[in-house]
Amino acid sequence: MAQQRGIEGPAKLAPKRSFQDLVLALQHYWSARGCVLLQPYDMEVGAGTFHPATTLRSLGPRPWNAAYVQPSRRPSDGRYGENPNRLQHYYQFQVILKPSPDDIQELYLESLYAIGIDPLVHDIRFVEDDWESPTLGAWGLGWEVWCDGMEVSQFTYFQQVCGIDCAPVSGELTYGLERLAMYVQGVDNVYDLNFNGAAGESLVSYGDVFLQGEQEYSRYNFEHADTEALFRHFADAEAECTALLQAGDQGADRPHLMVLPAYDQCIKASHLFNLLDARGVISVTERQAYILRVRTLSRACGDAFLRTRAGGFGDA
Amino acid sequence: MPELLLELFSEEIPARMQARAADDLGRLLAEALGEAGIAFEELRVFSTPRRLTVVIDGLPARQPERTIERKGPRVGAPETALQGFLHAAGLKNIDQCETREDNKGAYYLAVIKAKGAPTGEVIGKIVPEIVNGFPWPKSMRWGAGALRWVRPLHAIACVFDGSVVEFEVGGLNSGNVTCGHRFMSPDAIEISGFAGYEKALADAHVVLDAQRRREIILADANRLAGEQGLELVADEGLLGEVAGLVEWPVVLLGRFDEAFLEVPPEVLITAMKSHQKCFSLRDPKTDRLAGGFITVANLAAGDGGKAIIAGNERVIAARLSDARFFWEQDLKTRLEDRLAALDKIVFHEKLGTQGERVERLRELAREIAPMVGADPDQAEHAARLCKADLVSAMVGEFPDLQGLMGRYYATAQGEDDLIARAIEEHYRPQGPSDAVPGAAVSVVVALADKLDTLAGFWAIDEKPTGSRDPYALRRAALGVIRLVLDKGLRLPLRALFSCALQLYRNQRGAEFGEERGGDLLGFFADRLKVHLRAEGTRHDLIDAVFGGGQADDLLMLLRRVETLDAFLKTPDGADLMAGLKRAENILRIEEKNDGPGAFGAAPDVGLLLKPAERRLHAAVRAVRGDVRRALEKEDFTAAMSALAKLREPVDQFFDTITVNADDAVFRANRLRLLAQIRAETRTIADFSRIEG
Repeated sequence: MAQQRGIEGPAKLAPKRSFQDLVLALQHYWSARGCVLLQPYDMEVGAGTFHPATTLRSLGPRPWNAAYVQPSRRPSDGRYGENPNRLQHYYQFQVILKPSPDDIQELYLESLYAIGIDPLVHDIRFVEDDWESPTLGAWGLGWEVWCDGMEVSQFTYFQQVCGIDCAPVSGELTYGLERLAMYVQGVDNVYDLNFNGAAGESLVSYGDVFLQGEQEYSRYNFEHADTEALFRHFADAEAECTALLQAGDQGADRPHLMVLPAYDQCIKASHLFNLLDARGVISVTERQAYILRVRTLSRACGDAFLRTRAGGFGDA
Repeated sequence: MPELLLELFSEEIPARMQARAADDLGRLLAEALGEAGIAFEELRVFSTPRRLTVVIDGLPARQPERTIERKGPRVGAPETALQGFLHAAGLKNIDQCETREDNKGAYYLAVIKAKGAPTGEVIGKIVPEIVNGFPWPKSMRWGAGALRWVRPLHAIACVFDGSVVEFEVGGLNSGNVTCGHRFMSPDAIEISGFAGYEKALADAHVVLDAQRRREIILADANRLAGEQGLELVADEGLLGEVAGLVEWPVVLLGRFDEAFLEVPPEVLITAMKSHQKCFSLRDPKTDRLAGGFITVANLAAGDGGKAIIAGNERVIAARLSDARFFWEQDLKTRLEDRLAALDKIVFHEKLGTQGERVERLRELAREIAPMVGADPDQAEHAARLCKADLVSAMVGEFPDLQGLMGRYYATAQGEDDLIARAIEEHYRPQGPSDAVPGAAVSVVVALADKLDTLAGFWAIDEKPTGSRDPYALRRAALGVIRLVLDKGLRLPLRALFSCALQLYRNQRGAEFGEERGGDLLGFFADRLKVHLRAEGTRHDLIDAVFGGGQADDLLMLLRRVETLDAFLKTPDGADLMAGLKRAENILRIEEKNDGPGAFGAAPDVGLLLKPAERRLHAAVRAVRGDVRRALEKEDFTAAMSALAKLREPVDQFFDTITVNADDAVFRANRLRLLAQIRAETRTIADFSRIEG
């Protein structure tokens, strides 16, 4: 069918001209390297790391290789569509390789090559940048990757997730897709990105797709989000997470039955906290306390996940 | 003589850790070789982003024979103990052991001649231990392995005298292979010795020596700048960092729109440096910043660096527009209108917000102003504005610019230059070598800032301990000391701390009670000692003047030390001190016999029979009045001169009088006389603490 209708194969993708081709090229590249190609998680998250395919699957002994695009929401980064590179909603391309292979740096560099960045022309650098997520109780060592002085990816070897030591260690690659696209397309304003690769009247820009959303969500995030309701939702999510973990718990020597639904509530609590933070209604001292509450949930989810099949429970 | 070459090849090591790691590697190897009795001629270490290298010249082929002594069981110990010992020592018969004596009796000693192992074999044991226990400031695991390194370790090349030293560590087998530049020369390189290794790396686009990379970067940057009629804004720290980010430095010059130059130069320099690791350029004709920058790539690109320059120019332009945006935004808000936002910033959980802090600083500045000769209204106004830039967009982005931005914004809104300067300078001095602010208003706010910090953290018991001083309280105290001494200020510290605590109490309640200032003055005394010692003042004189007392008035303490020093250098002073020390020593010994305070009462004049003791008694009474009057006027020189009058009577007393007379009554009375002298002199200094 594809051939008949003349749809181009991956070799004809144009990641330098089209945002969606950039995504497709990365998907194709990592798919060819044995990754499970997932779709975005259907919940609001602040970063691709929150996807259970990364957070939870990086725990326990079982190998796991996956790649996916994840829309990431950072309410306080919204600028009403007026800043050329700050967005409250943007895309991350996330790769998780467990255990981290010896040639993970080479694999990553080849992926850059696949989207048109030639390391013999561009200056690619691994610059120290350690990563920490206080709400996930997670940290790792790694770099931000620079291309001609521009940060294009985050590269992390997970050491702890949900407060649990990672063994084996996962390698996490996070590409900031908009930045990368701006770089390869040579565009200074994110809204000017060519989204669909077309020209003339059929060209759809990133602004065509997202500008209105940036404006509306900035109003919502900064001005209209009902903070009382958000506080309530936070408490509800927290309570439900704890309740689900209890309900699924059959004791330490038997599998846990309800980690994923519980973890959803943890994600929810985390995002609600971000919204409240953007509204400026959480004081600095309270902030620590809220982070700690989310971390408590994520730790409990991590512990429970180790008592599931995917977490290696019952493996010899 | 044979050479050892060791290279640990890994993924990119953080720039700030490389030099230290290479030094540690060299030191640990040298120590381990030393313990194995192996000497060498020269050890050199190198580092690049991907490798730590050590080369050791002049090693012996074999470890020398060593004599190892091993202590065994006591003579007459049970047979099983003896057999066990012999087995462990590799001996057959107890006759092969020597016997030695210690305070518990005789014991066996095995004296074993250990034949030296081949040096390579020793190295093969040493290196895995060093790798396993390497002191990285932060280390990690990777893959399924258990080894820890700063980033994944990929290869270990270990070559001794031309051949591989074989060992295994963390699943890695040692070898004789390394790689060149990640992109330009990724092929394997076989190693047989250092000379070939260094040359092969250079051919493979790796400059091994970080110092050499620095030189290349500096020379090329100067040359490129010069070609454009510009000069490099030197930055040693940045140079070192950049040399640690590249194996093959390629220096490139980029441009940015000169319209950005309307932003303060410090902002542009910081924006280029902190985010992009780029050097700024200056126009020597105008001595102002120029619209260009220097970036250092790790690649000799096929297109001569065009794409790299273009990319960096875009990123720099974006960074500078951010900075300009912050600058323009910030200028729209007057500093006093930012004060409300300070109420939302927590200074410390137990010490309240920056807003509360500013309120305290205002009052404290008012209090201090007259002591420094500053106008109280101006001082209060400067204190009110001094933290406002913390909530500016610029300082949010570049915290290092705090204070400086406050000055710019104050000037822009038409504040008096004194106010603007005080905002910038109130953080000073930041350490022993940082400049002390000049103008009185600056000094007032600088003092208020530090005294408030010290009083607050003292009250919540967050004092420095050992090497831990997270709130830099030692630095704050040193700052006060330097301000006081430099400006010759009379600052009643006790009263000011009590005032600072009162201000906390007004805001936050009773837990900031007077008593919470506790040993703060003692802390100051310690800090003053450390400072004076560093300045070369005799520490015994400091101890003598402090005498365990408290440092309420730092300037007066210093004056006393200085006067005492001068006095002791005169013949009168040296001589008197000898006599006073003699008196102190006698008292110390006799008070041990009779108990402390045994001679505290005034001497009975009727019992003073000999002329020398009557004379001394009279002299003490005469001197007492003079010393007290001089001290009241804080005329330490006069006090010392008064004391000097004791010299002759003291000398005569000791020449002609036996203090410890056979008659207990006379003995006690003479000791009382000495105790009286001691008490008088202690109002000036504790002479028993002076050495020599």
